[in-house]
Amino acid sequence: MFGTGWNTVRGMPVGFWLLLVWLPAFVSPLYFHIAETERKCFIEEIPDETMVTGNYKVQLYDPRTNGFAPSSPGIGMHVEIRDPDDKIILSKVYSSEGKWTFTSHTPGEHVICLYSNSTKWFSGTQLRVHLDIQVGEHAIDYANVAQKEKLSELQLRVRQLLDQVEQITKEQNYQRYREERFRQTSESTNQRVLWWSLGQTCILVVMGAWQMRHLKSFFEAKKLV
Amino acid sequence: MMWPVGLRSGSKRWWGWSMALIWGWWCLSGWTLAVELTFELPDNAKECFYEVIEKGTESTLEFQVVTGGQYDVDVVLTDPRQAVLYKQVKKQYDSHTFTADITGEYQACFSNEFSTFSHKLVYIDFQVGDEAPLPGMGDHLTAMTQLHISMETSSQEVHENLNAIIDYQTHHRLRETQGRKSGEYLNERVMIWSIFVTGAILIVGFGQVLVLKSFFSERKPVQLYGYN
Repeated sequence: MFGTGWNTVRGMPVGFWLLLVWLPAFVSPLYFHIAETERKCFIEEIPDETMVTGNYKVQLYDPRTNGFAPSSPGIGMHVEIRDPDDKIILSKVYSSEGKWTFTSHTPGEHVICLYSNSTKWFSGTQLRVHLDIQVGEHAIDYANVAQKEKLSELQLRVRQLLDQVEQITKEQNYQRYREERFRQTSESTNQRVLWWSLGQTCILVVMGAWQMRHLKSFFEAKKLV
Repeated sequence: MMWPVGLRSGSKRWWGWSMALIWGWWCLSGWTLAVELTFELPDNAKECFYEVIEKGTESTLEFQVVTGGQYDVDVVLTDPRQAVLYKQVKKQYDSHTFTADITGEYQACFSNEFSTFSHKLVYIDFQVGDEAPLPGMGDHLTAMTQLHISMETSSQEVHENLNAIIDYQTHHRLRETQGRKSGEYLNERVMIWSIFVTGAILIVGFGQVLVLKSFFSERKPVQLYGYN
């Protein structure tokens, strides 16, 4: 494939560098369609200190070919990420292809919304959005880690196992937190049912007593009793 | 893999490493994908997700309805020829594994069209192919000792078991979310209805007295009896 007759760059044949450069920026098999003005949101329920990475690529519908243009540089996508307290963590406009990362600081439901920065008032053309969201240890790029820290295969494998175990531990902690919240909600419901029932019974009795007293004095004034 | 002629043994090892890393990077970036998404399906709506799958790849589509109505959704999975591979009506959760017959665009559609007011929260997990091996794992050119091979086998097993644990945790979380959201909804409803009922008691109580008093008022009491 790469013969010695080829030119070499820094000791490696040109083909090597070409291969490195040519590697696709992003190819996600999963995609869906949205209208230009439509807003699509996804929910990620994650523990705290968990990294979430997202890749997307947007293609514009081309009516001439009745398909989607392979790359549409004109569109931008607005990515908005909210944490469980409805605070905005990330709100940025990326080009037609983008990658974003965030780390959660509170456990709970994070909402990731995507919409195009189109200025139309009603839905224009269709957009095809390729999306890939990876959470926790799936978000780690092991090739990068291996290269940066110069790990052998076995060390890399052990590192992967450690990351997975850490993720499992975080999820278990989050499970305890959720279970506690559920318990508090149930106890609150219990309290509410108890106090409101008692309160309503009291109000009924007091209301009945007041009605009778009021009407008695009313009839006495009318000289009917 | 054919070695380029004239490459010395030292640079051969670095070459092997780099190629392994590149192919590993390629594998990780391109192919195997397990995308988990949780999205809201409004009432009377239908959402479709598409995936281009190579022939012979084993894929799994898993879904679960987390909140909303009767916790059910319609699912249809079609292949590139528009033939229905898998269809479920009003299903709460399921997992379907299939092997792609032909290369092309496969479509998974979730429909809430039978519901008029409850919007649903649906979790899906679309996994295509097997998980990519770690970079460098496919590299058999460096000598692997017996110990090395057995360690790799057992660590691969541990990895698969941990994957299973993470999977179970996800299912547990989804089930628990269902119960929790249902409990929160109940809590809210108890509050709202209690306020309503208290208001109704007060209004009816005062209303009764007012109406009764108006029956006995001085102005034309006889005509008021003609109301009924």
